[in-house]
Amino acid sequence: MSELPQKIRFSHRHLLGIEGLSPLDINALLDLAEGAVEVSRQVEKRRTTLRGRTLINLFFEASTRTQSSFELAGKRLGADVMNMSVATSSVKKGETLIDTAMTLNAMRPDIIVVRHAQAGAVHLLANMLDCAVVNAGDGAHEHPTQALLDALTIRRNKGTISGLTVAICGDILHSRVARSNILLLACLGARVRVIGPSTLLPPGIERMGVEVFRDMRTGLKGADIVMMLRLQRERMSGGFVPSSKEYFRFFGLDQEKLALAKPDALVMHPGPMNRGVEIDSAVADGAQSLIREQVEMGVAVRMAVLEALAQHLPNS
Amino acid sequence: MPTNHGTSISSPSIAHQPLALVNARLIDPERATEVRGGILVADGFIRDLGLSITADNLPPHAHIIDCGGDIVAPGLIDMRAFLGEPGAEHRETIASATAAAAAGGITTILMRPDTTPPVDEAAVVDFLLRRARDTGRVRVLPAAALTKGLQGLEIAEIGLLRQAGAIAFSDGARSVRNAQVMRRALSYASDFDALIIHFAEDPDLAAGGVMNEGEFASRLGLMGIPREAEAIMLDRDMRLVNLTRARYHAALVTTTLSVDIIKKAKAAGLPVTCATSINHLTLNENDIGDYRTFLKLAPPLRHEDERRALVEALAEGTIDIVVSDHNPQDVETKRLPFAEAEDGAIGLETMLSAGLRLVSSGEVSLLRLLNAMSTKPADVLGLPQGRLAKGAPADLIRFDPAEPYVVDRTKLHSHSKNTPFDDARMEGRVKLTLVGGKIVHETI
Repeated sequence: MSELPQKIRFSHRHLLGIEGLSPLDINALLDLAEGAVEVSRQVEKRRTTLRGRTLINLFFEASTRTQSSFELAGKRLGADVMNMSVATSSVKKGETLIDTAMTLNAMRPDIIVVRHAQAGAVHLLANMLDCAVVNAGDGAHEHPTQALLDALTIRRNKGTISGLTVAICGDILHSRVARSNILLLACLGARVRVIGPSTLLPPGIERMGVEVFRDMRTGLKGADIVMMLRLQRERMSGGFVPSSKEYFRFFGLDQEKLALAKPDALVMHPGPMNRGVEIDSAVADGAQSLIREQVEMGVAVRMAVLEALAQHLPNS
Repeated sequence: MPTNHGTSISSPSIAHQPLALVNARLIDPERATEVRGGILVADGFIRDLGLSITADNLPPHAHIIDCGGDIVAPGLIDMRAFLGEPGAEHRETIASATAAAAAGGITTILMRPDTTPPVDEAAVVDFLLRRARDTGRVRVLPAAALTKGLQGLEIAEIGLLRQAGAIAFSDGARSVRNAQVMRRALSYASDFDALIIHFAEDPDLAAGGVMNEGEFASRLGLMGIPREAEAIMLDRDMRLVNLTRARYHAALVTTTLSVDIIKKAKAAGLPVTCATSINHLTLNENDIGDYRTFLKLAPPLRHEDERRALVEALAEGTIDIVVSDHNPQDVETKRLPFAEAEDGAIGLETMLSAGLRLVSSGEVSLLRLLNAMSTKPADVLGLPQGRLAKGAPADLIRFDPAEPYVVDRTKLHSHSKNTPFDDARMEGRVKLTLVGGKIVHETI
């Protein structure tokens, strides 16, 4: 990535979701991210694209990896980064979401990265803030940078996304990662499958252009990519599935089930993993796993997103 | 038809000067007739009406209003509205709600009883009747709680509340979960020939849901409420009505499943009626768009197929009544992420105009619409209103169904402004509203 890259073909002011992005938009971000990967592998990782800019990480929901990934991305581009997490903010003192946002808005940030437990919360803020807004996950709705980093990881390992069969397995119902990935992968021409027990599949999911499987063995057959999702602990004991033991038996990814996918199939997980619940340690740490590479691509993709949005910031 | 006696306190004072509305299209939704002519009002009642009433042959000193060919119809009767008093005066008051009602052509409102405190004691009924008399611009009738504290556990004092003036019994936005309690409430109410109004939704099946279940909810990442939550409870209720023969009115039906259940119950001769809201007739789940919380309702807005089926059921009469489901919410409870926002939309002032959309699209006749908004609710509640006839109360409205206007929420009379129709193009603004012969709303 050069200091002043060619004009980035990305016309959006915010990144609120994959929905609304065109294949051109997505490829522009992925291409930009390739450059960021190179930058991140050098000794001197610092760029000046966001010099003088203020980036606020506003996390209403705890997250170590996404927040640190955005923080590093911002710093590598030269921005001043401030992290605000709910535990240290006045949200707990009864201040509303809007009040918090308007207070931060008055501090004139250039980009705010928001994570919130409720779907649509980031849209709500984007309508009220003057700066660029990046959705770092809103409820069960979208997590666009996760889908972008997954796409980048796939593209670097498989050369392309179009034509691949990607199986997304697990708690689709509560997963923003699944929704963003379904939209992005379908947009770039992959065949997307979702696999899970009926209690964890959102109603009407088949109308989102995916093939639905309730049996993991059938669903994994011929898959190029196996994307596992995290199952939250409180959903394991009777609410949605009877127990973590039973879940692992039927929907946990172990070597035996993975053998049903293509021999060169690759395994992904957005993290953090529940080893022994949705994924066996041998698979997670095995030769087919891309899980650590995903983390590296996370920083690169977020650098690309910040850079793409920065070109539309006022006075630039 | 049962007669209600509890309305005397809230009747607005009667105007004594005779009043004549001439040169009008007189629509009587009771007999499904439309005639040209005039209507003569005196002492709060319709004295005469028809072709013979013209500007030339009226009593001296009569106040004459030339309607210029506009429709004159019975004032509308809204069977479901939350009026804020007591306890939520920051959202709405009887004064502000009845101003909105008068502007919207609604002349009688049945109040939801799930207030703070709830209307589960005779003293609260008395308080409301007095507040309505002193501050209300239109007639306000209190409904009382069906169970004590709206808890769904013990039957409220139905007899005493009825004597105090409550004209129906309901737990408002709550369903009575326990079938034994519901059975006893229905049995007991039937001894008093009291009307039960129930919001049918299985609270367990609906738990966690914030919009209609389906593809759109899944795309938005919002948890859904299946249509079955309504159908299961309604189905249970029909069986209990069959057991008890109590008079039952389903507060809001919003799905084809429910329409079928009601249709069957009526065919079996059960004493059952139902209503749907103007929102469910004119909006669908897609109107939520990018998480618009003004469209967050209970029950949720449904799929377009359901909406169309509801309109059809209204046209053919399975759905008896249209309600505003007026539910004012202040800004702070709506400026939240969708799942955290309160349910509800205001609707008193726009109910008629929104309903007229169905008339201009040819889906429902004007007579049926007005019948569902006046005569039918009057019949269910046992009121003499809702008809154009000699001797009927002079609760009347005048409107031109083709007159266009744009809804501006800042200009609505309701204290809260959470209308789903902001900036909507409407037709048929109400020009004149009479309650008991007295002008309570008039545009110049």
